[in-house]
Amino acid sequence: MHELAICQALINQIESIAAERNAIRAVSIVIGMGPLSGVEAQLLEHAYPVASAGSVADGAELVIEKLPVRVRCTQCDKESDVSPNKLICKHCGDWRTTLLSGDELMLMSVELETYPETAGATADAESELSLH
Amino acid sequence: MCDTCGCNITHGNERFIRPGGKLARTESGKEAVTVLHSLLDENDHTAKHNRAHFDSHQVLAINLMSSPGAGKTALLEATIKALQADSDRQLSIAVIEGDLETENDAERIRKHGVDAIQIATGSACHLDAHMVHQALHQLDLDGVDIVFIENVGNLVCPASFDLGQHANVTLLSVPEGDDKPAKYPVMFRAADLVLISKSDLLPVLDDFKPENAKQYLHDIACDVPVIELSAKNQAGMPLWFDWLNAEIKRRQLYLENHPVESEHHHHDHDHTHDDRPLHPHAPAPGLERGR
Repeated sequence: MHELAICQALINQIESIAAERNAIRAVSIVIGMGPLSGVEAQLLEHAYPVASAGSVADGAELVIEKLPVRVRCTQCDKESDVSPNKLICKHCGDWRTTLLSGDELMLMSVELETYPETAGATADAESELSLH
Repeated sequence: MCDTCGCNITHGNERFIRPGGKLARTESGKEAVTVLHSLLDENDHTAKHNRAHFDSHQVLAINLMSSPGAGKTALLEATIKALQADSDRQLSIAVIEGDLETENDAERIRKHGVDAIQIATGSACHLDAHMVHQALHQLDLDGVDIVFIENVGNLVCPASFDLGQHANVTLLSVPEGDDKPAKYPVMFRAADLVLISKSDLLPVLDDFKPENAKQYLHDIACDVPVIELSAKNQAGMPLWFDWLNAEIKRRQLYLENHPVESEHHHHDHDHTHDDRPLHPHAPAPGLERGR
C-alpha cells in the first residue's frame, strides 16, 4: 500500500505550489495516471482524505484521469491500445513494442483559490508557467 | 521527463492540455495551474543524488527485488561467498537491507564479514530514495565495488520508487509459478535482469517452465536477460557473476565519458557529507582481464 506515500508526495507538491502563489487553498487537483504506474486509483482515492487532512488541499476535489496503455510496434511501426500485461502489437503480433502511454503518474493541474488582491499578479505568473 | 522540451506530454495526457481541454478552464476568483510534474519528483531528486554519490565512489548499485522468500538474501550470501573465494574477481561488496521489522537479513550478511546497513521500514512496504540516502550516511563506500540494496519483499510497491540504483534485478523463484510477469507487469518491466531462483527445484516443481516465464516477459515487451540459478547448488551462478562484471565495466565506461559533477553534494541539505573528490580506484583484478 504505497499509495499513502504517493499521496503525501502529492500533498507536498500542492503545498509548495499554493505557497508560491500565496493561495488560500486548493479547490481541485487533477492527476493523470496509467495502469503501468503501479498505483491503484481506488487506493489513492482512499488515501487522499487522510493525507490531505489539515493541508491546503483539505476538502479539495481529487480528479483521477486514467490514461490508456498504448504502444508503438518497432517492427511494423503501427500503434495499438493494449492491456497492461499484453503489450503486443495488435497489427502484426510482434512483442517488440515501445510504450507511448500508460506508465504516467503525474500531477497535471491544480485549481487554487487566491486572495482577490493578488489574483492579477498570480495570473501573470501562471501565464509564464503554462505550456507553450 | 522534464518541463522544458514537452516530453512530459504523452499520448495519454495531451488531449487534456489542448485549448478547450479539461485543464484549460479557469473560473473567476480562482486560478488553474498546469503542473505536469511526476508525483515522485521529490523521491526522484533524492534518487539522482544517491546515484551521483555512488558514481563519485565508482560503485555499482543494484536494487534487488522479489516477493518475500524468493531467495534474495540467500543469493547475496552465495554471491559474497563465491566472490570472496574467487581470487580473480575480488569484488568488494556492501549491502543495504530493507526489512519491515527485523535485523535478521543484515546479520546473515554480516556473518560473511561484509558491511550491511539495516533499514527497518516499519510498516512501509518498499524502500524509497530518502531511506537509502540515510543508510548511505552510515556506509563507507571507499574500496567498495558493488552495493546491493535488498528491497522489501514485495512485487508491487518497490517498483515505483527509484532509489538511485544503476540496475534493477528481479528474482522470480520457481515455487512462485512462471506467470508472475503477467500478474506484476510493473515490477518485471522495471527489471534489467530477471533471475529465476531456486532452479534446483525445477525437477520437482515441473509445472514451472522457464520458457513460459520468458514468454510472459515478452508479452509485456520486456527483453531483458534471464538467468536460471540456484544459490543452493551454485548452478547458473557464473552467469550471474559475468553479468555483474559486465555491468561494472559498462558503468566504468559510462563514467569515463560522463564525469561525475563534483557539486552533487551542494544541494540544499540539513546536513553535510564527507565531501571527497573523485578518487582513482584500481579496478578489481578480474576486470583487468577483459581489457
